[in-house]
Amino acid sequence: MEILKVHELKQHFQVSSGFLARVLSRERPGIIKAVDGVSFSLEQGEILGLAGESGCGKSTACLAIAKLREPTGGAISYKGTDISKLTTQGLRDYRRQVQLIFQDPYESLNPRFKVFDLVAEPLRALRLGEPPEIRRQVRETLGKVGLEPLKYEGRYPHELSGGERQRVGIASALVSNPELVIADEPLSMLDVSIRAGILDLIRELSKGMNFSCIYVSHDLSILSNISERLMIMYLGRTMELAPTGEIIRDPLHPYTRALISAVPIPDPAYRRPVPNIRGEVSRPLNPPPGCRFQGRCSEVTDVCTSTSPPLVEAKPGHYVACHQYTRAA
Amino acid sequence: MKEFLLTQLRILTRHRFGAFGGIVILLFGVIALFGPVLAPHDPWTSLTSADGRLALLRPPSLEFPLGTTSMGRDILSQMIHATRTTVIIGLSSGLISIIIGANVGLLAGYFGGRLDEVLMRFTDIIYGLPFLPFLIVLISLFGRNIWFVILAICCIVWRTSARVVRAQTLSIRQRQFILAARARGASSGRIIYRHILPNIMPLLLLYTAFNIAWSVLAEAGASFLGFSDPDNLSWGGILYNLWISGKIRVAWWWFAWPSICIILLVSALVFVSRAYEEVANPRLRQR
Amino acid sequence: MVLDIKNLSTRYHTSEGVVRAVDGVSLSVGEDQVFGLAGESGCGKSTLIRTVMRLLPGSARVDADELSYEGRDLLSLSDGEYREKILWKGISLVPQSAMNSLNPVYRVGEQVVEAIRAHSRVSRREALEMVGGLFRGVGLQPELVRNYPHELSGGMRQRAMIAMSLALDPRLIIMDEPTTGLDVLVQERILRELKEIRKKKKNAMSILLITHDISVIAEMSDRIGIMYAGRIMEQADALELFREPYHPYTLGLKNAFPSIRQLDRELISIPGAPPNLIGDIPGCVFAFRCPFAVPKCMERRPPDLEVKPNHFVQCIRTDRVEEFRERSGEKETWRSSKSMN
Repeated sequence: MEILKVHELKQHFQVSSGFLARVLSRERPGIIKAVDGVSFSLEQGEILGLAGESGCGKSTACLAIAKLREPTGGAISYKGTDISKLTTQGLRDYRRQVQLIFQDPYESLNPRFKVFDLVAEPLRALRLGEPPEIRRQVRETLGKVGLEPLKYEGRYPHELSGGERQRVGIASALVSNPELVIADEPLSMLDVSIRAGILDLIRELSKGMNFSCIYVSHDLSILSNISERLMIMYLGRTMELAPTGEIIRDPLHPYTRALISAVPIPDPAYRRPVPNIRGEVSRPLNPPPGCRFQGRCSEVTDVCTSTSPPLVEAKPGHYVACHQYTRAA
Repeated sequence: MKEFLLTQLRILTRHRFGAFGGIVILLFGVIALFGPVLAPHDPWTSLTSADGRLALLRPPSLEFPLGTTSMGRDILSQMIHATRTTVIIGLSSGLISIIIGANVGLLAGYFGGRLDEVLMRFTDIIYGLPFLPFLIVLISLFGRNIWFVILAICCIVWRTSARVVRAQTLSIRQRQFILAARARGASSGRIIYRHILPNIMPLLLLYTAFNIAWSVLAEAGASFLGFSDPDNLSWGGILYNLWISGKIRVAWWWFAWPSICIILLVSALVFVSRAYEEVANPRLRQR
Repeated sequence: MVLDIKNLSTRYHTSEGVVRAVDGVSLSVGEDQVFGLAGESGCGKSTLIRTVMRLLPGSARVDADELSYEGRDLLSLSDGEYREKILWKGISLVPQSAMNSLNPVYRVGEQVVEAIRAHSRVSRREALEMVGGLFRGVGLQPELVRNYPHELSGGMRQRAMIAMSLALDPRLIIMDEPTTGLDVLVQERILRELKEIRKKKKNAMSILLITHDISVIAEMSDRIGIMYAGRIMEQADALELFREPYHPYTLGLKNAFPSIRQLDRELISIPGAPPNLIGDIPGCVFAFRCPFAVPKCMERRPPDLEVKPNHFVQCIRTDRVEEFRERSGEKETWRSSKSMN
């Protein structure tokens, strides 16, 4: 069953510099198209990986999906309902069902709150239950993330390690029994030897508590391990979307191919191919017409500079936004 | 609540000056609360000394530990009663001004946009309000009343705390745990008072101490110039009486005790605010 | 040997006690060699760098059997001598988050010129010429010399810092997390450029590469050391270390790293956390987290055992390594641990 459908999501920001700034620093006013056409759907219980480098708009897209920022274009529908048309009560329900796990365990927890209060916050803010019920839920959720309630609930964040803090963050996201969890790079600030534990936790809880997950990361190695389907973004657009194994074994988009060949492998004997890509990543400011990737693609053609390629199903279940495949589809 | 008080105690005792300040304030507080009951005489009665004569302008002695005024009134009793007035004015002005300032700062900082503009323009206008002329106008229009003094002091003292709280709110608003709170469903009100406010507490307490100190000084200055409530004697008021009696060059005791107390209380408040400054800005902590 | 370290210890004296940040570390970086030092946060790598580069605070105490650069003893040099003779000419440093340590109000080229002139008697004009060449060497267009740091991307700034470190043709560059925080394509580019630079250089250049990213270490290093809680648990040539790891910590690390070439491999994390480095830790530093530890492990510090030629391990149970290698691949082995991380 489809739980989330995102169609041509756009998030544009107006940039206006003062006259002097424009003269001095060569900055042009214009539009930053942080997200410029992202489309995908999410099945219930699925873990979808959202991959891309910094500046590709993945975190911005997630903010729009979580309704923490209003998108400038496109449509997001959750369980069939257009989320831009939610009432106050509807928004409250949405918040209960759609939650976020944040990247920085040191910054995403209010330093003045005890662990118990941090985990209880969604229930209290959304007024879900009386204190005894809240207490029960909080303790149960703490147990699920592997933190013994009696030992942890009275502590403050600064008394905990990075891994423990991230578990608190996860508990806080899951206590309201959400159905969609957006995890924004939850591992990147943790020590490498404990990442696997947190990743497993998310995977197990996703199955156990039956929630769908959008896992955002720039680390393809991690994504390859946890996500069932993978979506590659570049400069605000979806470039490729397919089951994880398929995308890694048979990447279609030139950008995906470059990305995959760039991922370092923990094996000294392996000789990686050199990524086939030119230039540097550009800012999503006033992008030229045509494919976002044109400036770096080694297979660029004329049509790429004039028209933006649509996302087409080049193989069953495998979507690509590249003119090489537009005709074939 | 209990935890809150315990934490404050811990903060103050960590810092040597803060502890000293805390004790002094506590002392004055006790005097303000219970003093008038324990005062040996009525502050307004002209007294006769043991030898039968009117006790006019007596220097400190066993009979009158702090001396007497030119009207024969016991300065010790006056000081005790005045302490209550001064503390009430200081505390009221300080607390009211911090409540106003904190709320203005929080709302302006969190909501931004038009509300921020309006509130900050308003604050700017208030910055232009001169304390004494304003008080004089109020008194001329409505008479001398302790509440006007408090009002006038509040009006000028809340400004700085508003600006500072706004700056702090702006910076805290960007932090990820506030975004997390929004994601968890907290309303704006909840975010401001439950999430942001606890994080600016050290700053608020710092400014509370400061505001009270400023209030005491402002009150002393106004009273000394005669702009106070004649029924409620304050330390500044005692100095005013001294001034109009013309005996300032002769009666050092009449001058000394109110002045020393003003300095002590204000210093104590400033020391306490220093202790909070170290909490609010951990880099200042002594290793 | 470009850098020779034998039994180096660095201790900080703090109000809470003595912190043994580096505790008896021995390693050697050979000529034209990349030595990869792998370690997570808190393992002591930053302190090790600071010790070699003379950047320690006053409360630190250093002692070693040997700390020498190209045979010259570094410990007996005064700070002035070190700065004049060794710093930037012999050994240079690309610090962590280097891309953020550029002064935002000066042009990038200026800052490199400053660095050059601070450590040599080169004239301004000569230095400016050098910078152009250095930038080209790291794959940056020489025109970028006139840009301000905020006008360059993170990857470009990092390359500028690398150019800075190469300026005076040092024999050894210490790189602290050179690609952490950078996107994978940028990281790949920089690592590739580094390999090119080393090949093109007339004089052999060695790198001491310090990072927590095992994949980067695997790709770049000729020789690898695994650092934990101030000690080097295992040290060997890169291929050898990956083919035949001995130390339980190394075995644990191997399992903790996902790889896109092994999609269905189970990831296992090491429960627990690194120990507090205050005070003396008797026995093996890893013992209380180790699934294979026996009481004897906590009695005395394991000596550096040469299990194969040039392959050193600090573990007393290397006789059971075959069994451990097998068992470390199973999740159950690591589950029975005392503390949650």
